[in-house]
Amino acid sequence: MKRSDIVQKLGFSALFACMAANIVFLGSIIFFIAARGLSSISWAFLTEAPRDAMTAGGVAPAIVGTFYLTLGAVIFALPLGLACAVYLTEYSPKGWIVNLLRISINNLAGVPSVVFGLFGLTVFVKYFGFGVSILSGSLTLGILALPVIISASQEALTAVPQSIREASLALGATQWETIRRVVLPAALPGILTGVILSVGRVAGETAPILFTAATFYMKGYPRSVFSEVMALPYHIYALMTEGSHPEQQTRIAYGSSLLLLALVLSVSLVAILIRARQRKTYNA
Amino acid sequence: MHRHFDEELQQLKNDILKMGALAQEAIINSVDALKGRDKAAAQKVIDSDVEMDRLELVIDDKCLDLIALHQPMAKDLRFITTAIKLNAELERIGDLAVDVAQRALSISDKPLLKPLVDIPKLAGVAQRMISGAIESFIKGDTELAKKVVLSDPEADDLKRAVEKELIFDYMMKDGSSADRAVPLLLAARHLERVCDHAVSMAEDIIYMVDAKVVRHHPEELA
Amino acid sequence: MHNADHEKQVNMENLHPSLIKIQAGADTNPAGEAGVSGPGPKISARNVNFYYGSKRALNNISADFSARRVTAIIGPSGCGKSTFIRLLNRMHELVPGSRLEGEILLDGKDILSPDRDAAELRKRVGMVFQKPNPFPKSVFENIAYGLEVNGVTDKNLIEEKVVDSLKKAALWSEIKDRLKDSALGLSGGQQQRLCIARCLAVSPEVILFDEPCASLDPISTARIEELILELKKDYTIVIVTHNMQQAARVSDNTAFFLMGDLIETDRTDRIFKAPRDKRTEDYITGRFG
Repeated sequence: MKRSDIVQKLGFSALFACMAANIVFLGSIIFFIAARGLSSISWAFLTEAPRDAMTAGGVAPAIVGTFYLTLGAVIFALPLGLACAVYLTEYSPKGWIVNLLRISINNLAGVPSVVFGLFGLTVFVKYFGFGVSILSGSLTLGILALPVIISASQEALTAVPQSIREASLALGATQWETIRRVVLPAALPGILTGVILSVGRVAGETAPILFTAATFYMKGYPRSVFSEVMALPYHIYALMTEGSHPEQQTRIAYGSSLLLLALVLSVSLVAILIRARQRKTYNA
Repeated sequence: MHRHFDEELQQLKNDILKMGALAQEAIINSVDALKGRDKAAAQKVIDSDVEMDRLELVIDDKCLDLIALHQPMAKDLRFITTAIKLNAELERIGDLAVDVAQRALSISDKPLLKPLVDIPKLAGVAQRMISGAIESFIKGDTELAKKVVLSDPEADDLKRAVEKELIFDYMMKDGSSADRAVPLLLAARHLERVCDHAVSMAEDIIYMVDAKVVRHHPEELA
Repeated sequence: MHNADHEKQVNMENLHPSLIKIQAGADTNPAGEAGVSGPGPKISARNVNFYYGSKRALNNISADFSARRVTAIIGPSGCGKSTFIRLLNRMHELVPGSRLEGEILLDGKDILSPDRDAAELRKRVGMVFQKPNPFPKSVFENIAYGLEVNGVTDKNLIEEKVVDSLKKAALWSEIKDRLKDSALGLSGGQQQRLCIARCLAVSPEVILFDEPCASLDPISTARIEELILELKKDYTIVIVTHNMQQAARVSDNTAFFLMGDLIETDRTDRIFKAPRDKRTEDYITGRFG
C-alpha cells in the first residue's frame, strides 16, 4: 500500500470516529432522558395541572403556556423577519450598509439569551407596562428568534436563482409581483425550515421568559395575553431548584424534559418533511 | 493563429497547380503532335488524360471533405468552391487537348496542308491564359485574372483568322483539301474553347478574391 | 410583349410558394447598399454607449432590426452581444452601477425615456434566456403567470391562451397531458420551448433570444431553430448566438460585435460568403476568437 493511501485511510477513519462520537452523544442524551422520564409520562401527566405542591399531577398548563409563547413569538417574528430579509436581499442597494446590517443580525444571534430576558424585562414588562405576561414573553422570544428567521429567509431567498427573477421581469411583471409570486413561493421551503427551527429553539428557551412571562405555578390556564403562564423549560428549572420534595420533583422534571425534547424533535421532523415534500414537487 | 485547415487548403492549392500544369502540358504537346504529325506524341497526350481524370476525382473528393468537415465560411468557402470549379474547367481543358490530339492522329498519315502558324500561336495564347489563371489563383491576384479575361478576344481573332484562311484559301479553292483542312479547323475550334474555359476560371478567381461577380457582367471588370 | 408578361405571371403562380418568395425577396435590398434587408426597422439603436461602472462595454452602437425578420448577433465571448440585447428590453437596469447613453427606438419611439414603464416595454419585447428558466411551478402556471401579471383574470381566456402558446411553441402534442406537472420535470429542450411559449403568451411584438440553445443537444437545438423560423412570420426576432452555423441557418441579417464595437451588419448570406470587414472574416473563418 502506498503512503498516500495509508494517510487517506487514517483520515477517513478519524472522520468516521468523530461522526460516531456525535451519534453516541446524541443517542445517550435521548436514552438518558427517556430512561428516567418515560415512567412519568401518562395521559394524566399530559392533561392535568400539578397537584400537591408540585409532587404529583401533570404539566398541562406548562404545555399550553409553551404553545402560546411560541405561537406569539412566531406571529411577531415571522412577518418582521421575512420583511427584513426580503428588503435586504431584494430591494436594498448592495453595499457596506447592508453588509453591516447582515453582520449585526448574525451577531444578534450570538447574544446570550439571558440578555434578551433582561431586555424584555426592561422594555416590555416595565417600559411598555405589559407586566409579566404572555405578550412580554412572546415579544422577547420573538426578538430572540428574529436573527434565525432573518438569516434563514435571506439564505432561502438568495438561493432562488436570479434567472427566474429575470424570467418574471422579462414577462412584464413588476419587482413586487416577481417577489410575491415567484421568489417567495420558491423560497418558501427554506423559509419554513428556518421558522420551524427557530420555533424549536424558542420553545426550549428558559432565560428570556424567566423575568418576562413565566410563573412557577398556576392553577388554571391563562385568560389573556396579559396573563403570566407556566412554560415547560421554566417548569423544569423550577422543579430542580425550588420546592421541598426533590425526589418526586426530579421525576416530574425528567418527564417534562422528555416531553420538551419530543416536542422540539417533532417540530424539526415537520421541518424536514416539509422540505422533502417541496423538493419532490420542484425537482422532479 | 495556426490552423491545420490552412495546411489542407494549401494542399488543395498544390493539387490545382498540378492540374493546371498537366493541362498546359497537354495543350502544348497536342499542338506539337499536330504540327509534327507525330502519332506517338498524340497518343501520349491521349494516354496522359487518364492522370488528369484521376486527379480531378481526388480534388473533388478533397473539396467535399473540406466542406463537410470544416464548414468553411467567407474567404475559405469562396476558395473551396472556386477550386471545385477550376478543377472541372481544367479537366475539360484536358479533354480538349485529347480532342486536338485525335485531330493530329487523323491527319498524321497525310502531308500537312500548309505550315501551321496561327494554330501554334492560338495554342500559345491558350497556354498563357491557363497559366495566368492558375497564377492568379495561387497569388489571389485579380489584375492577372482580369488580363486573362481581356485576352479572350485575341484568341477569338486567331481562331477566326484560321477559319477564314482554311475555308477561303483552301477548301473553297480545292474541295479535295477538306479532309486535311477540317481537322485543322476543328483543332482551332478546340483551342478557342480552351481559352473560354480559361476565362471562366479567371472570372471565378475574381469572385474568390473580391467577392465580385464579373461573370455575365463584363462592366464589373472596369 | 404583353402576352409574354402575362404568361410569365401564370408561370409564377404555378411555382411552389417558397420559390415565389425567393423571387419576390431576391432584390429587396438595393444593390451594393450595406445594411439590413426587409421591411422598415422595428427596433433601432442610435449611438448607444453602455458602461458598467466606469468600464465601457459598448461603443457607439447604431443598428436597425427589421420587423418580422431574424437578426443574429455574433461575436466572441465578452464582445458585448449579450449586453446589447439586454438593452433592448431594459434588462440592463437590473445591473447596479450601469449607465446607458444614446437612444433605442421601438417603432420610432425611445424606450429609454423616463416616462416609459420598463414592465410595459417588456410585455412588448419578450426574452428567452441562455439556460431554460421555467418557474418552479406547473407547466400551466408557467404560461398563465405572464397573463395574470398582465391583468388577465378570465379563466377561459387564460386556458385558451395557454393551449395556443403551447401549440405555437410546438410543445402541445408532447405535453398536453402533463399541464399540471412541474415544469422542472421536462427535458432541457422542452423547458426551453416552454419558456418560449411563456413568452408568446403575453403577445410580444419582439422576441429576444440570448443564446437559447447553449445548453441543448443537437436535436433540441434543431427544434428551437425550426421554431424561430416559424415565429418570424409574426414576430421580430433578435438572437444572440455563439454558434455561427446557427446564425447562418436561422437569421436573415447578422451583426458582428467585437470588443464592444459593432463591426458590421449585413444580410446573413453576405456575412458568411463575403463579409466586408477583415475582422468579421477572421472571426467567421475561425482565425481568432
